Formats: sequence, C-alpha cells, structure tokens
Amino acid sequence: MRTSRHLGPNIITLSTISPNLPLCFASASFIFILVYSFPFPSSYTTTTSQTPTFLKSKKPHLSLFLSQLPTSSTCLEISLLVLMEGTLGLLGGGSSGCSTNESAMSKVEQQVVEQDYVGMSSEVSSYPAETELELGLSLGGGGSAQKSKACAWGERGRILTAKDFPSMVSHGSARFSQRANNASSVSGNKRAAEEGGSPTAVSQVVGWPPISAARMNSLVNQAKTARSEDDKADGDNSKDTYKKKINTGNKSTVKEKGHLGFVKVNMDGIPIGRKVDLNAHTCYETLAQTLEDMFFSTTTTGNSIGGDKEQATKPSRLLDGSSEFVLTYEDKDGDWMLVGDVPWRMFLTSVKRLRIMRTSEANGLGMQF
Amino acid sequence: MNYFPDEVIEHIFDFVTKQRDRNAVSLVCKSWCRIERFSRERVVIGNCYAISAERVIARFPGLKSLTLKGKPHFADFNLVPQGWGGSVDPWIEALAESRVGLEELRLKRMVVSDECLDLLSRSFLNFKSLVLVSCEGFTTDGLAAIAANCRFLRELDLQENEIDDHRGHWLSCFPDSCTSLVSLNFACLKGEINLAALVRLVARSPNLKVLRVNRAVPPDTLQKVLMQAPQLVDLGTGSYVLDPDSESYSKLKATILKCKSIKSLSGFLEVAPRSLPAFYPICLTLTSLNLSYAPGVHGSDLIKLIRQCGRLQRLWILDCIGDKGLAVVASTCKELQELRVFPSDPFGVGHAAVTEEGLVAISAGCPKLHSLLYFCQQMTNAALITVAKNCPNFIRFRLCILDPTKPDPVTMQPLDEGFGAIVQACKKLRRLSMSGLLTDQVFLYIGMYAEQLEMLSIAFAGDSDKGMLYVLNGCKKMRKLEIRDSPFGDGALLKDVGKYETMRSLWMSSCEVTLGGCKTLAMNMPGLNVEIINENDQMEFIIDDEQKVEKMYVYRTLVGPREDKPEFVWTL
Repeated sequence: MRTSRHLGPNIITLSTISPNLPLCFASASFIFILVYSFPFPSSYTTTTSQTPTFLKSKKPHLSLFLSQLPTSSTCLEISLLVLMEGTLGLLGGGSSGCSTNESAMSKVEQQVVEQDYVGMSSEVSSYPAETELELGLSLGGGGSAQKSKACAWGERGRILTAKDFPSMVSHGSARFSQRANNASSVSGNKRAAEEGGSPTAVSQVVGWPPISAARMNSLVNQAKTARSEDDKADGDNSKDTYKKKINTGNKSTVKEKGHLGFVKVNMDGIPIGRKVDLNAHTCYETLAQTLEDMFFSTTTTGNSIGGDKEQATKPSRLLDGSSEFVLTYEDKDGDWMLVGDVPWRMFLTSVKRLRIMRTSEANGLGMQF
Repeated sequence: MNYFPDEVIEHIFDFVTKQRDRNAVSLVCKSWCRIERFSRERVVIGNCYAISAERVIARFPGLKSLTLKGKPHFADFNLVPQGWGGSVDPWIEALAESRVGLEELRLKRMVVSDECLDLLSRSFLNFKSLVLVSCEGFTTDGLAAIAANCRFLRELDLQENEIDDHRGHWLSCFPDSCTSLVSLNFACLKGEINLAALVRLVARSPNLKVLRVNRAVPPDTLQKVLMQAPQLVDLGTGSYVLDPDSESYSKLKATILKCKSIKSLSGFLEVAPRSLPAFYPICLTLTSLNLSYAPGVHGSDLIKLIRQCGRLQRLWILDCIGDKGLAVVASTCKELQELRVFPSDPFGVGHAAVTEEGLVAISAGCPKLHSLLYFCQQMTNAALITVAKNCPNFIRFRLCILDPTKPDPVTMQPLDEGFGAIVQACKKLRRLSMSGLLTDQVFLYIGMYAEQLEMLSIAFAGDSDKGMLYVLNGCKKMRKLEIRDSPFGDGALLKDVGKYETMRSLWMSSCEVTLGGCKTLAMNMPGLNVEIINENDQMEFIIDDEQKVEKMYVYRTLVGPREDKPEFVWTL
C-alpha cells in the first residue's frame, strides 16, 4: 500500500482490553492507527466524539481521538471495527501477513513509513496525554514533535492500520504498551503511571528495567535522599545537612528511608506470593489499589476469587472492610496487624510482610474497623 | 592405549583445572574418565535440576568444592514467582549422608534454609568457604550456625541475598578460637550487628583480606577495624557519613594511609560526598571500585574521586556520573576492563544521565574494555559502530536502554546495524543483552557472526519466528537463551528441537508460544524438562492447546521432571 503524507496526522490509539473479547486476543491488545486527514487546518479539531462502546478504555491515558473527517463518522466507526478485527487477527496469529506487506512495499517507502510512524509512535509513547496529542498533531509545524522531521504530506485521507507498518513497531510498541497496561506489575511507580506517559509507563512493566530488587531498593533510598536534600537549599547548606545527620545519628536516617523496599505479599487461597515495592507508595490507598490489581485482576479468566469484576472504583475494598478479604501485615515483633491503623510512616518502619487474609480469619486481630 | 601408569596421568590432570577442560578429558576414554573423576575436586552444576546430588556424589567422590545454580536468570527481575523451587536442602542432605569432605559451597539463586545451613555447618569438619549470591530463605540464625560450628571457616561471602535479619548475635557466634577468616562479606544484611564483636573478630583474624560490612557499621567502627586490619586487600565500607571537619574524619584519614594493600573498594551504602577525599590515597593503587550502591553522590564528586584512580580495571558506578564523567573515566582509567553503569533513576522522565556519548568516549579511551553493562536513555547505531571499532575485545556486552523499544533517536532506525557491528567485530563475544528497537535483522547478524555466543538476552525485539531461528541455527555455542515479550512462536520453538539438548536452558515469557507447542516439544524430547508457569489460570479450567503460555522454561536434564514443583508450575 502506498502511504500518503498529510499535514498533521491524527493519532488514534485503541484499547482492546475489554472483557468481551476472547481470551486469545487479550495478549495483542494495541493497535496504533494513524489517520491522515485533509489539509484543512481549520477543520483540525480533535474531539472525543461518539466513542463507540467497544473502544472504551478504563485507563485515562488511553483515549480515543477522532478527528472530524469529511467522511461520515459512522463509516469511520465501521471501518475501525473492521480494521480492529482484521488487525487483531494479524497480530494474534503471527506476523506472516506483515512480512509480505513489508516485501510489497518499496524500501524507500518502508523507511519513510518507519520514520513517520516511528516518529509518531515515539511521540505517542512519550506523550499520550490528551493535551500533548493535540499539540503534536501538526507534525509539519513542530510543537512537541521535535524529533520527527517535517515531511511533505500528500493529499488523500486514509486510515492506516498496523498492517501498513513494519510489524516490528506494532509488535514492539504494542507489546511494550500492552505490558505497560498490565496492572500486575510489582516494580515501579504506580502513582506516576496513573498520570500517563510512557516514561512512567516504563515503570509498569514487570521486570523492566532489568535491575535486581536489592539494587532497586537502594535506588529508591537514593531518590529519597536526593529529594530531602533538594528540599533544603543545596550547596552551602550541605554542611548543615551533615551536622543534622550526625546529630540525629545514623540510625534514624536509616529508618526514615525505609530500607524495606519490596515486601512479600501472600493471599489466602493463592499459592503464589508476590512482592510489592512499598517505597512506591505514600499512602494506604495506593498500596491497597496495587494489591487489588495484583490479586483480584480479572483480565484473563473470569475468576472466582474476588468479588466484582470492575476495578475502576477507587476506594479500596480491602481497606474499608467491604471485601471478603482484609489486608494485614506482620510487624517487627512478629504480630499480625490490620493495615491502616497506624500512620503510614510508622507502618513503613515496622512492616515485614503483608498478607491478604480472609475476613473470617481476621477476627481478633488487633483493632477492628 | 595408556602408556603411563595411572598415577602419572593423575598428576598430569592436576594441571588441568578448568571444568570444561576436565570434562573434555573425561570423554577421551574409560580409563581417563575413571582417573579424572576420582581426582576431580571442583564441580560446577549450572542448573541444579539437571542432575541429582546422588549421581554427582557417586561420580565424584573426591568432591571438595560444589557450585550450584538454581533459578533462571530472569528471577532477578521478579519474573519467577515465589516458591518456584531451587532449594539446596536435598543437596546438603545427600552430601551430609555421604562421605564427601565438602570444603566449599557456592550457591547462586537458590533457596537456602536455616536448617540446611545448620546441617552444613555440622557435617563437614573441614568446611572452609560459603558463598551465597542472590539466595533467599534463610535468616541470621543460619549464619550463626555457620559461624559457631565451622572451625576452619575462611570465607563467608553474602552477595545480594534476601536474609531475614533477626538481629541475632551471629557475629558473636564466631568462637574466640576462630582465627582463620580470610574473607567476610555481609554488606547485604539489613539489620544491626554487634560492632564490638566485629572489631574483635577482625583483630583475631590476621589473614583477613576481604571485608565488606553493612550499613549498620558507622565510620568510627570502620576506623577501628582498619586499625586492626591494615593488610586488607578488599574493603567495603558501610555507612560513610561523617563531617570532614571532625576529629573522627582525621583519624580515619590517618588510618587509611596505613592500608597500603587495598586494591578493591566498595560499599558507601550511605555517603557524605565531602568526606570521600579520605580515600584518595588508596585510589592510586585501586583496581576495582564499586560505587553503584552509593546514594546521592553528584557527578562532580565522583569525577574528583575517579581522577585519582589511574590503575582502575573495574568500575561499577551510577549514571549520575554523566557523559562528562565517563569522558573523565576514559582519559584517566586506561587499564579499564570492566564497566557497569547503573541507572540512578530508572523510572525517571527522560533526563538523560548517560547517553551514547559516554559509551563512545569510554570505548575510545579504554581499549582493554571487555565487559560492559550499560543502562542509558538512548543509543545510536553510529555510536555502537564506533564502539565496535574501538573495542573489538568484548566478551560481555549488555546494553539496556531504559525505554526498551526505543529506536535510534537520530535516524529513527532500529538498532540492528549497531548491534550487528558489535557481534561482527567482537569475535570473542560470549554474552550479549540487547534492547531498543530491534527487528529480525539483528538476529540474522547474531546468527551469522556471534560464533562464540553462549548467553543471549532478548526483550521486546524481533518481528517473526525468523529472528529466533537465525539465532538457534547460527549460534553453535549457545547455552542460555532467555527471551521475553517477543513475537516468537511455535514455529521457531519446534523447528530444531534437538538444539535444546545442546543448551543449558531456554526461557520464553510473554511470547507467542502456545501450550500445544510446548506439549509437542516435551513429547519429542524426553531429555528436556518443559516447564510452564501459569500464575493466573487455575487447574480447573481446561486450557486448550491454542492458548499462549505465559512463561516457559526448558532445560536439559538427566533426572526427569523435578518433584518439588509448586502448583503453578507444570511439567509437560
């Protein structure tokens, strides 16, 4: 297929993670679709108009943007639907289709397409937040598109699918982004990930970057030191910092940093334990949310473990007592306590490991809510 | 065939020390095999499930040193769930029952219990050396048993283990009669230790050459320890926070001047950068420096320190040194052989601490470089091509771009050409890890050029089965292949099933391999264990063969499926 270049393509990212889709497609859940529209700057509006229900996503940084094309929006929806199923099949079933497309395209075009697409995908992956995409649409004019070169765009409007591009990108980015969407990560900064953006999405991939837990803990401690030293003015005040450290003794600084990074979490009824990075959280809510995502996730099979399937609710069921499980922890003295009783910092210094316990077994554990 | 009596042949074999050479020797003929096995003292078992303890003991009754490795490498990055296995207990039990006079035990990624440490300490009178790397499952009580019972202990080396610290007095458990310590490393312990006991222990260990302490050891104690052990060759400091204007600092400085033998420096688990100059005098003779656990040291302080280290051969550092700092390393450390640059902010938003520039500078200034681990924000093909030209001696080349599918930011091309240049130029390359945007092309290069490659780590790379096939067909010496999040499926997996018996192990996670494919592999190759790790699915749900497996670990074995599998691991 020949590619056309246009003024400012619009970028559509589709999330196909939906409980309605069959299991085997869950692993190939991203499609990047570029829409090249007519070169009418005035009609460049990016609105989330009439999002078809099957394309709804629960993650805020994956949104569907449709430009107002001269073609009717219903045609667009239908063609998107067709494309989605077609491409899904392609992505799911291996890449034989993609490679023939590769050979069909001339080298120059391939490079160009790579350039375009990769330029955009790096942009997309870097700044998928809504505002950034709107700015980045006018690739010819710069804006946040510093990296991609200004290209001469052609005339026709067309929807390009992942089929058109060397499958490496769709596989690579798709894979990576899909991993990024996977809430079962134990490493990294969940908070930052919720803000969106791929630099922070990196943090949601399990086991990436490939750094051992011991090192990760020391890095987190380092970040805390850096932050606390930045709070005080740097430079001349460093002397005061040292004096403070010496006066308070080494022990308190060690404790403040919370030398525990990863703690083990076990859940009743599940043989596999996991680990969670306590230093990635600053309050009980985010911790509980992470744990719920980890243990009550329903993206694969419909499971019989948790309660509801929908995980979009923010208030944590583990903490408020509405679930059949409660979150408990073992403290320094070996006692099992309910999570949430003590201030967060105190919790950090005394927690040794976590356990998601059945409510029925949790009676008599310290204070009840 | 044999023109010499056995004793002569045995004497000749004494000069054959490397395990691989000894393995080759034992294949020559039956009598050589017999002679070799009775004289073999060191055995390395790369995969503890490939063979049983009983068989090892039966074959090598003269065993003195045993090295065992358990979990797959990706377990370091949380990809292997807890409870997977890798327990050393059956090995210790078997060894204890036998008449093997074990003297040295080295474990990597294994699960060790306090009970088995206790058994170990009581079963082998001459036990001398315990090295545990990335292990877990034990507490300081186990260490106390080792300390108390191993009368001739020379080495206790704990690296990056997860130890439940009961803050017991394990250090005090070394009896007063224990004077044989040569190497003591407990840097990974998180709890407090008895400082006075440490000083006393060091005082009565005249042979102590290696001492690495943990964060609980303050500078004052360090000074006392160094007073007692000026002969140290390898020092790991604990917490190094003190005021450069204080008396303790001057005292420490003076003591350090007496330690003329220190060649390796590490630790600084907490550090006041302005006090680093106390170590400048030993920088001149330093060959190994590890500051990768030192939090919050700015690039400028690191640079000042490194400028003193003209003889450095090994450097582990954080990326806050920056490209400029790496340029200083390149101009100062002409003898550099191994470099590891770790990210100080792995999830940070793209402020580039080190980039391809730093690596190029290093390659230009340090021609002896042969081992690299480099975490960076970006890499270009041009840089990799330059590096390959400058440093054709790479044995280990591990590059980790923090955004794993990032292309060359200048040309927006995948990094195929760059890595291709590396494998083509570095004929001795044995280990390679790649990242960044990569297509099947890079695997073509690897298959064509990387003839000595033994270990390859792939993540988020490739387009099709062809990629994996290039590697499997081309790399004759491949031993460990680990792949994650790449589109390789049954076609690649099943093309040449015999290949896996020539390798130690294959790991594939989040790829396109299906359950049916794994079953086929298992059926055709009884000499392999094909293990599937399924965390989400429960046994009740019938899984169909078309389903993709989450994690697959295949390894050759002489003893069939293992018996200590948890529920979530299935052997097909």
